[in-house]
Amino acid sequence: MELSLLLIKGLIIFAVFGITLLIATYSTYAERKVAAFIQDRVGPNRAGPFGLAQPLADAVKLFFKEEFVPANANKFLFIAGPSLAMLTACMSSAVIPFGGTLIIGGEAIHLQAIEVNIGILYVFGIVALGVYGIMIGGWASNNKFSLLGAIRAASQNISYELAMGMSIIALLLVTGTLSMRDIAAQQGQELFGVSGLNWNIFYQPVGFLIFIICAFAETNRVPFDLPECETELVGGYHTEYSSMGMGLYLFAEYVNIFVASAVMATLYFGGYNFPFMNQLGLPHNLVTILGTVVLFAKIFFFIFFFMWVRWTLPRFRYDQLMNLGWKILIPLSIANVIITGGAILLKAELF
Amino acid sequence: MTGNFFYFLTFLTLFAAIGVVASKNPVYSVLFMILTFFALTGHYILLNAQFLAAVNFIVYMGAIMVLFLFVIMFLNMREDTEQHKPLLSKIAAAIAGGILFVVMIAALKDVDTQMKATAVFDSQIGMVENLGKVLFRDYLLPFELASVLFLAAMAGAVMLGKREPGEQNRF
Repeated sequence: MELSLLLIKGLIIFAVFGITLLIATYSTYAERKVAAFIQDRVGPNRAGPFGLAQPLADAVKLFFKEEFVPANANKFLFIAGPSLAMLTACMSSAVIPFGGTLIIGGEAIHLQAIEVNIGILYVFGIVALGVYGIMIGGWASNNKFSLLGAIRAASQNISYELAMGMSIIALLLVTGTLSMRDIAAQQGQELFGVSGLNWNIFYQPVGFLIFIICAFAETNRVPFDLPECETELVGGYHTEYSSMGMGLYLFAEYVNIFVASAVMATLYFGGYNFPFMNQLGLPHNLVTILGTVVLFAKIFFFIFFFMWVRWTLPRFRYDQLMNLGWKILIPLSIANVIITGGAILLKAELF
Repeated sequence: MTGNFFYFLTFLTLFAAIGVVASKNPVYSVLFMILTFFALTGHYILLNAQFLAAVNFIVYMGAIMVLFLFVIMFLNMREDTEQHKPLLSKIAAAIAGGILFVVMIAALKDVDTQMKATAVFDSQIGMVENLGKVLFRDYLLPFELASVLFLAAMAGAVMLGKREPGEQNRF
């Protein structure tokens, strides 16, 4: 009994890890295809049918290139930087609930790697840690452009973490729990008689807007990709990196995009819940599997949204970035917290 | 299992803390300090204080140490550019550290090391709900005073960083 439970947990952890890496791999392919579609090109189509083996070809290319360490670089930290970036990126998908419960032989199995009752804070902490990979790598390269990129990454992450935290506080006022599993389950309740439509986006639209902007900034995506702004900084923090060192940095970015999309889908867009989920009269396990499929559809939409924005919008200027973070998003998110608190009090008084 | 984990974390904490002081390179010092905070987070989890662990992780490891690293990188301090301190300040630092050590021993020597009675001890006291209730019910005034102090410190930092009218950009 104990052993089989451990085995199932191990399988789920392994599956979550594998899916994270697989989706990140194919995000690189999707990015190029989306870019090609938006710019009216064909995109990668040589390796395999529709170019589907392109990520493998890229990986092989990166592995076989020379791993070059600059002469005056700090060798240990130069290697530790990309490793840390990848490690922190892979850690955060552990607490995301990828589905409800499967009932097999009277035993309810949660489709979630680890359940901690401070799930959101865990994700937030790991995301906060992610900047160290960039900072250490940028500093260890012993290159002015790398250092500037690292410093930009640090200041940008700190500025946008504040607004992100504030937008989460407003969400916590609504949900009353820090556990990702409870937040996902709450959104399966009825709204206007439709089950599975009690999504937090209807209660926190402004909070979601702030959260998604901050998610773009935290993952260093356009329009906030100033740490690797090639018009000003050559290649930013990974100027000196070649081979898999650079591969890990680029890959960590896609893992982060996947995690950010999964967190947004879980916190604001109902997680694995879909409209009419309890009214269709389907068996429990089928609803759970359908829910997982729906969650992945939501995640893919957000990943597509990240790419859509990247190939549509130009980059911010650095002072504009700071103004947006400190003078617009933070006051807006504080106002959001106050208004949400007031609305909850008013609801408790009147109804 | 838990006992072994405790000894491992304690070793890690002490090793990293000594590394902070002993490293010549300031960036290594900061990285060791991050490792110290990481090990302390592990200690908090062993004590079943999950919220404290998460806050320690986010605030100290994720925010404050990023700022430390940021400043040190910005100044670009390296081993070869570090100036040697005069003998007087070394002696002063040793005396100050020694006095702090004495104060710590004096404070810790009377600590009650008796085990808590497991029947009456609430092991869930470190959870978010319980901690929030204690802070906002029993210790509301100290908690609010601490937040006012933080606000004052923040306003002070903004005042110091603000450019005076007519002042040129120094960099």
